[in-house]
Amino acid sequence: MSGLFVLEQALNGLQLGFMLFLLAAGLTLVFGVMDMINLAHGSLYMIGAFVAAWLTALSGSFLLGIAGAVLLTALFGMLLEASILRPLYARDHLSQVLATFALILILNDAVKMVFGNDLPLSAPQALQGPIQILPGLMYPAWRLVIIAVGVVVAVLLYLLVQKSRMGALVRAGASNREMCSAMGVDVGRLFTLVFGLGAALCAVAGSLLAPLLAVQVGMGENILILAFVVIAIGGIGSIRGALVGALLVGIVDTLGRTLLQQLLREALPPQWASAAGPALASMSVYLLMAVMLVLRPQGLFPVRT
Amino acid sequence: MGPARITAAAALLAALALPWALQLAGADFYLGTASRIVVYAIAATSLNLLLGFGGMISLGHAAFFGLGAYSTAILLSEGVRSGLLHLLAIVAVVGAAALVIGAISLRTRGVYFIMITLAFAQMLFYLGNSMKGYGGDEGLTVRVRSLLPAGLDLREASTFYYAALALLALELFCLHRFIHSRFGRAVRALRDDEVRAEALGVPVFACKLVIFVVAGVLCGIAGGLSTNLQGYVSPNLLHWTQSGTLLVMVILGGVGSLWGGLIGAAALLLMQELLSAQTEYFEFWIGWVLLAVVMFARHGLVGILQSLAARRAPP
Repeated sequence: MSGLFVLEQALNGLQLGFMLFLLAAGLTLVFGVMDMINLAHGSLYMIGAFVAAWLTALSGSFLLGIAGAVLLTALFGMLLEASILRPLYARDHLSQVLATFALILILNDAVKMVFGNDLPLSAPQALQGPIQILPGLMYPAWRLVIIAVGVVVAVLLYLLVQKSRMGALVRAGASNREMCSAMGVDVGRLFTLVFGLGAALCAVAGSLLAPLLAVQVGMGENILILAFVVIAIGGIGSIRGALVGALLVGIVDTLGRTLLQQLLREALPPQWASAAGPALASMSVYLLMAVMLVLRPQGLFPVRT
Repeated sequence: MGPARITAAAALLAALALPWALQLAGADFYLGTASRIVVYAIAATSLNLLLGFGGMISLGHAAFFGLGAYSTAILLSEGVRSGLLHLLAIVAVVGAAALVIGAISLRTRGVYFIMITLAFAQMLFYLGNSMKGYGGDEGLTVRVRSLLPAGLDLREASTFYYAALALLALELFCLHRFIHSRFGRAVRALRDDEVRAEALGVPVFACKLVIFVVAGVLCGIAGGLSTNLQGYVSPNLLHWTQSGTLLVMVILGGVGSLWGGLIGAAALLLMQELLSAQTEYFEFWIGWVLLAVVMFARHGLVGILQSLAARRAPP
């Protein structure tokens, strides 16, 4: 096992981690500020990817496609928040689970009605091939773009949440909603904005990942659960927790799938390694979350004390 | 006999007469649908025990359904056909899994309990995906069915229906007895206020663990029945959307009500059956119905039925 191989896998882990961060950032704010379980967050990711694929085909430009997707998905998210989700804040978690599960069913079929079961979307021509980043290490250009965008968005989001006035309000809302609104903050309007921001981040992740995965109905369901794993590990409501959790999950998942398998192949007889490897690899992040929840249920960066 | 008992007796009679009525109407095909409803009613009722009476919101209950289904399918594919042995295997396997998962998960509360049950179910989902010897992600088809005592074969559609119905009736009867038992009252007390129950001397952790394991095993039995009904198991049975569907059935029917699981399972599966014959996009419409239930019927369909009955009854 060479150092280059480990480096390549670590980059893959970072790439997955940053995409998970984009999804988890919105989810953790929604969860933290409004104490709302939103299972339909993955549907916004799917909608973002579909709109990006549609607009890219229409305009011929990936950049226009992604910009349009971000805008439209944010708009749709705010509309959804103001119409259907807002009455649910006062309800218990159970009602929220049922309502947002219903939204998954509705949005999956609605997307199927409008766009069909899947749409093609490939990365811009110039960024499709691999490029050399170190002597002897070729790495797909598109994955580098994803990492770069992830870093930029993470920094912007950090500045927005930690340094801006709106960010201070959001953090105040996450740590104590009643006190925050008693201080005269219009938590309702603030939250519509936060929800729109979360939806926009979903669209960014959806359109960036689309060339690697596939734009298809139901694509949100699996990644949604990973995003929940991220925020459970990081601490509900914490952006910093979402970032650390996302990178942790991305790297553990990727290394589990590659390095762990290789180690098992070297350590165990082949029939054992081929049976245990894939199972352990996919289970590793969930194992991480279970251990985390038992030892430190409030997550790495607890918001509420 | 009170009105509740009369309703229960009438429902049981109707369910017993159903195969005969379907045959008379020349609609034998729907016996399969009825059997599916019974199987999912058993599963949803077990989740209702956990959720509505124990107050534990689990987003991983499908794990036990899947474990029961896989235990049965693996035994069948290895040539073990005795239904009693299948039942024993389910109790042992699912019971052990629920004991471990419950003992760990119950150290957490609220949202974290939802998350950790989800985590365990996902682990088992991926375990199912990687069991190459038993179909891996493609699932496992079984050609034979469980044999019951007295030479009954679950392949026979009406035998299956009556066997499943008997189990459902037994489950509902036990749940009814449980609700009014000392233990049932203790469990409801801890659901409403754990600290108070603890102060009153209720062994909270032990009570919750017992409920968790019993609910898991009951759901596993439903899974074993499902293997016999479908002749097929796949890791999708353990996917989190399956756990979500079971939750939907319970909330749709009525959380914490004896009949909630049965009514919710029947309503959801009948909606699927009727709407999918009309449109490809049936889940779109089911979604709107569920949203309407959340917004306007806080106690589910059972709540609606009860308020209708209350309006009709003389004051």
